[in-house]
Amino acid sequence: MNFSTIGVIGAGNIGTGVVTDLVMHGIHAVVMDISEAALQKAETEVLKNVRFAPVFSKTLPRVTRAEATGRMTFTRELKDLAGCQMIIENVTERWETKRPIYEQLDVLMPPEVCFGANTSCLSITKIAAATKRPAQIIGIHLMNPVHLKPTVEVIRGFHTSAQTIDVLQALFAQLHKQAIIVEDLPGFVSNRISHVFMNEAAFVMQDQLATAEQVDQIFKQCFGHKMGPLETADLIGLDTVANSLDVLYESFQDSKYRCCPLLRKLVDAGHLGRKTGRGFHIYPTA
Amino acid sequence: MNITDETEIRAKIRAFILASINLPGLEDGDNLFESGIVNSLFAVELMTFLEKTFAIEVGPDDLDIANFQSIEASAGFVSRKRTEPSAA
Repeated sequence: MNFSTIGVIGAGNIGTGVVTDLVMHGIHAVVMDISEAALQKAETEVLKNVRFAPVFSKTLPRVTRAEATGRMTFTRELKDLAGCQMIIENVTERWETKRPIYEQLDVLMPPEVCFGANTSCLSITKIAAATKRPAQIIGIHLMNPVHLKPTVEVIRGFHTSAQTIDVLQALFAQLHKQAIIVEDLPGFVSNRISHVFMNEAAFVMQDQLATAEQVDQIFKQCFGHKMGPLETADLIGLDTVANSLDVLYESFQDSKYRCCPLLRKLVDAGHLGRKTGRGFHIYPTA
Repeated sequence: MNITDETEIRAKIRAFILASINLPGLEDGDNLFESGIVNSLFAVELMTFLEKTFAIEVGPDDLDIANFQSIEASAGFVSRKRTEPSAA
């Protein structure tokens, strides 16, 4: 299967990264979001990503601004996705938000179309149950910056078919990505572990044990991680991290996933991380 | 380009970086990327900052991490671009 048009729902951080990756590999992206401002920001960010990509990767295709612009369509209407060969959904990590989208997509899209659910925590099996095509729902846990990450955590739901996995592998072949396929339990592998790190780092801040810079430098310079847990949380968005922790807590009923009060306080204060210019760190605007 | 200009450029770049990363001991020659001080997302912000602040354009041939890997390299890059005939 050769992909020429993919529907991308949600133009936030990850959605923008997905669109960047698609257009850089010659695939047209139909991008849907309910927010016009989010769509405009996404277009700006994609063009910036495409322009500067050669700094970080010598293997990514070089794409001109005109080519990138020509490979993107932005819409606020779900119905405009009807002609897409596959859907990658990246909306807010909340079941109440995701469920109606899948219910509508299921009616809108031809029965053979697969839906990739980009989630870091929600059950793929549960998402699939909102549709009449559970075999064609697969979890895709993409991470930032999407176009620079060669590997993706992929989640097989209870009903996900081998054919659906093949479809996703075909798309990944075009994007030069590899999949690590895991089974479906909340948080999967990556977030079940990483969110404990990030949450505990927030508790360290709450206890005034160290500065945010010190916490992150220890992870980078002692453990060799590319990013520390607090800057990772800032990049993901503290609201998203708190939502994911809530999902983990609710799913496992285990107190180790209780959201740190300081993290919750920052979310309430509107300090959501990089996207608002402040989280555990402060981000200058150019 | 005189020494005062070069010093001023470095100071502005340093201030921009330190506004995000609390590392007052950062040396002009420290490699920002190899040491894990910043990541690719910050590098994009840095390049955008250089363009806006110094009225230069990062062209397709400039897209080499070596041009931005340190305060010293970034300042040198800005100086070169400002002396190019086509510079704004």
